[in-house]
Amino acid sequence: MESPVLHRRAHGREALIGYLFASPVILGLVIWVMAPMVGSLLISFTDWNVLTAPRWLGLRNYVNLFTSDLFFGKSLLVTAYYVVLNTAATFVYSLAVALLLNQKVKGQGVFRSIFYLPAIVPIVASSALWLWLFNPDFGLYNQILLGVGLKKSLWLAGPSTVVPSLVIMSVWGGAGNTIVIFLAALQGVPRPLLEAVEIDGGNWWHKFWAVTWPMISPVTFFNIVVGLINSFQIFVQSYVMTSGGPNNGSLFYVYLMYREGFERNNMGHAAALSWILFLMVSALGLILFRWSREWVHYEGAAG
Amino acid sequence: MTAARAAGRTALYVVLVAGAVTCLLPIFWQVRSSLMTLVDVFKFPPLFWATHTRWDNYAQAMSSSPFLLYFRNTLIVVVPTVLATLVTSSMSAYGFARFRFPGRGFWFSMVLGAIILPPAVVLIPQFILWSRLHLVNTFYPLIIPFWFGGGAFNVFLLRQFFMTIPRDFDDAARIDGARYFRIYWQILVPFIQPALIAVGLFQFFFQWNDFFGPLIYLDSPNLYTLALGLSHFIGSYSTQWNILMAAAVIVVIPPIIVFFVGQRYFVEGVTLTGIKM
Repeated sequence: MESPVLHRRAHGREALIGYLFASPVILGLVIWVMAPMVGSLLISFTDWNVLTAPRWLGLRNYVNLFTSDLFFGKSLLVTAYYVVLNTAATFVYSLAVALLLNQKVKGQGVFRSIFYLPAIVPIVASSALWLWLFNPDFGLYNQILLGVGLKKSLWLAGPSTVVPSLVIMSVWGGAGNTIVIFLAALQGVPRPLLEAVEIDGGNWWHKFWAVTWPMISPVTFFNIVVGLINSFQIFVQSYVMTSGGPNNGSLFYVYLMYREGFERNNMGHAAALSWILFLMVSALGLILFRWSREWVHYEGAAG
Repeated sequence: MTAARAAGRTALYVVLVAGAVTCLLPIFWQVRSSLMTLVDVFKFPPLFWATHTRWDNYAQAMSSSPFLLYFRNTLIVVVPTVLATLVTSSMSAYGFARFRFPGRGFWFSMVLGAIILPPAVVLIPQFILWSRLHLVNTFYPLIIPFWFGGGAFNVFLLRQFFMTIPRDFDDAARIDGARYFRIYWQILVPFIQPALIAVGLFQFFFQWNDFFGPLIYLDSPNLYTLALGLSHFIGSYSTQWNILMAAAVIVVIPPIIVFFVGQRYFVEGVTLTGIKM
């Protein structure tokens, strides 16, 4: 018979060892996430340039953002525009490529590597490359447009074309992971289910809508969440390629925050921006998970 | 096979090949431009290939910026962060997967929350901490945080893998007298080796590409990483596209080599991240 005291002691020991093993990430969460979150909140209530002592402002930074900071509103708009367009474009493109590759294509592995390859190019290197491709005077894309008898585009230099241009670049460089994940999910769709639809006289659309789409829905959800969160963080393109321009057309949120905090030394202002970012991403996460219950189908889950 | 199906197959390959060509075109254009004279670069209609292949662009790029130094600096950051990630993320994941301790649920939900937390949110206090420690303009801020679990996502991913190993393995080893650390290190880690390799590769690429961290923490040009060095190069060579493309090729080559060597694990790893979530 097991003694309850011994049992409890064994549990205490197990708990201690568990804590020891998990301690790197627990300490990491405290030091690099939780404490900075609190720190960021406190800083956001101050006027602080780091060099002199902070001055308490209360909610003034937040009030200013919503009432007198013209960049803030503009930045929210262009960021939202980019996030939605980029997530949607990446999603459609990746699913389409994965569906094509899943048709028992010869050389599937080679195609997969080719579609993945741009994801390997470091973002600063691809920024240099796309600056060149998008160059209004000598860039490849305008030469192609001229070659087929179309008008040149301003690409990055046009206030209305800058975001779509960056989306093109980002779909090229960012869809690799999404394609590979979709492809794996598609390969996991049970064949008998698809054949059952075929026997009932269903065409490819019936197969896709009745079987494939619900079967891959967890992966679809994962890809949408990752796509949204990653798009929110766009920074390098603003910094390296456009400096947030033209006419603040690519003044993305993280770039605005960087500019306030590290170029203008307005740490309070930047911290307020960072907390608003946190609230926005949390709200987005919540909405997404609520929404997912309506259409994401988990194997073995009730309902 | 019916004629309609054969036509469908042909259309499929045409679309795929067109897509692949579109995908490779920018990279081809980069290499092609990097081997041209400036006169060739600006020709209209554009040349397909250089009239005289000019390798000298690479020499010129290398001599005008110390890319070898940047390469060394990048390795100084990348190697210890990858190592740190492998050790501490697998340890933490083992802790969450195999032990019950008070607060485990809470800490695990924090791990999940940290996955979607944009790093920008915690950037400013972190920067202030490093500057108070007088460690700004050193490599430490880019390395040390990775000794704390190496990223929430990696902890989560490896925990999922540990969960798939039957506990019988641990129990059998325990009867043989193995202690927890040996069970972790000699029995469970070999099981999740493919996942660990994938995590290591992800971290390598993440660090190699990282721009934000070096931009904020490294001021002296002799500490620049490749990404940061290249961004300054862009500023000063924005009209000499041939030299700039050569510099960009130099920065792209190492990750491409790593990709082709580790491709199998990489594709597996990417797949698993999507499926395990």
